[in-house]
Amino acid sequence: MNDPHALSAAYAVDALDDIERAQFEKHLAVCGQCRDEVAGLTEAAAMLSHATAAPPPPDLRERVLSDAARVRPLPPRSAVTTSRRLPRLLAAAAVVMALAGGVTAAVWQPWEQPQTVQVSLADRVRQAEDAQTWTRPLPGGAVATVVRSESLGKAVIRTSGLDAAPAGKVYQLWLQEPTGLVPAGLFSAGDTEVVLRGDAAKALGAGLTVEPSGGSPAPTTKPLVFVDFRSEA
Amino acid sequence: MDEEHSRLAGAPSSEGAPAGVGLAELLGRCSRGDDAAFAQLYDETSGRAWGLALRVVRDRAQAEEVLQEAYLQVWRQAARFDPSRGGAMAWLLTIVHRTAVDRVRSAVASSRRERTYELRHQEIEHDVTAELAHASLDAYRVRAALSALTELQRQAIELAYFGGYTHSEVAGLLDIPLGTAKTRIRDGLIRLRDTLEVSA
Repeated sequence: MNDPHALSAAYAVDALDDIERAQFEKHLAVCGQCRDEVAGLTEAAAMLSHATAAPPPPDLRERVLSDAARVRPLPPRSAVTTSRRLPRLLAAAAVVMALAGGVTAAVWQPWEQPQTVQVSLADRVRQAEDAQTWTRPLPGGAVATVVRSESLGKAVIRTSGLDAAPAGKVYQLWLQEPTGLVPAGLFSAGDTEVVLRGDAAKALGAGLTVEPSGGSPAPTTKPLVFVDFRSEA
Repeated sequence: MDEEHSRLAGAPSSEGAPAGVGLAELLGRCSRGDDAAFAQLYDETSGRAWGLALRVVRDRAQAEEVLQEAYLQVWRQAARFDPSRGGAMAWLLTIVHRTAVDRVRSAVASSRRERTYELRHQEIEHDVTAELAHASLDAYRVRAALSALTELQRQAIELAYFGGYTHSEVAGLLDIPLGTAKTRIRDGLIRLRDTLEVSA
């Protein structure tokens, strides 16, 4: 991240993706100035909810209260906590927690220890020390985000805003190996996250095409997107 | 809290004007397992929480799940609320918003496509001001503050905050470079902060 300070506003309105969020929280743990700015901007963002306030369904109250009745609140963290003494370790915990997604979604205090952490292969790729991320536009305003870890030899693609594959068609992923394009998986849902099949360590790039159902041994259409792994992330 | 009061939970009158001092106290009691305090907290905050969740996920059933999940987190994590780092309402709404956003981002393609479709085909003309079913003085102030932004700032902030889009997606939807989207969100939010005179 070139200028992490510039991301406080996007963070305050939750406009960062999981990876950026995790990176920024790492930064937050060590930057008091950004923590202050985030606090103020979060207050401002929260004000926006005045504009949409509406009475909730009456029966929801009972469900919320009975959920709580079954769960014990967590105890306060002991003492002043270790957040300032062990920034590195705790920043790492924040990353893990943020990448765990919905499990521990409230990251007001980013150094808070996660309750549970589920680490999928996709998570491991994104958490890898050497993870590189490319965000590329897809037709129609959709976006593809490709993350690749050379050490793990895996790449993950996430699409958002993409329409589902048309009837009789499928999205096919490709890895550009030195020898040529190799099929790396199929999907048909528009918005998804897929770990590319094959060895992404020696691949030079990854691509996405639309193919007839069942996929093709080689691309038959122009790629919707192609990420050159040697290009600037 | 009487029924009428709780129904108007989104109205500013119920929030304890001095930046949620009352809510902070309620959170403190929640952390000690006080379920009456939790009920009161719900009554005082659920109007804004519900409206926000519904606006982001755009589906009543899902908004209900978001609220259940978020309030359960509020209850469990009440002890972790740190008043030196911001107001109780903002803390709670952050949890609600994050829960809602995580849900739309992981939602199956169909609902996302609908949202995208809807946004593109309305040319993003939706206006929070048109949805003031429960007008309040604060809602009015927010509306005024939003309308004082540039069009791009307002759109970028609404897409991010109410649409649950990432800044990259906001850039795509508005057909502007990512750097511009970042700047619009940032400048707009700073201006909102200054106009609304919120204090951290």
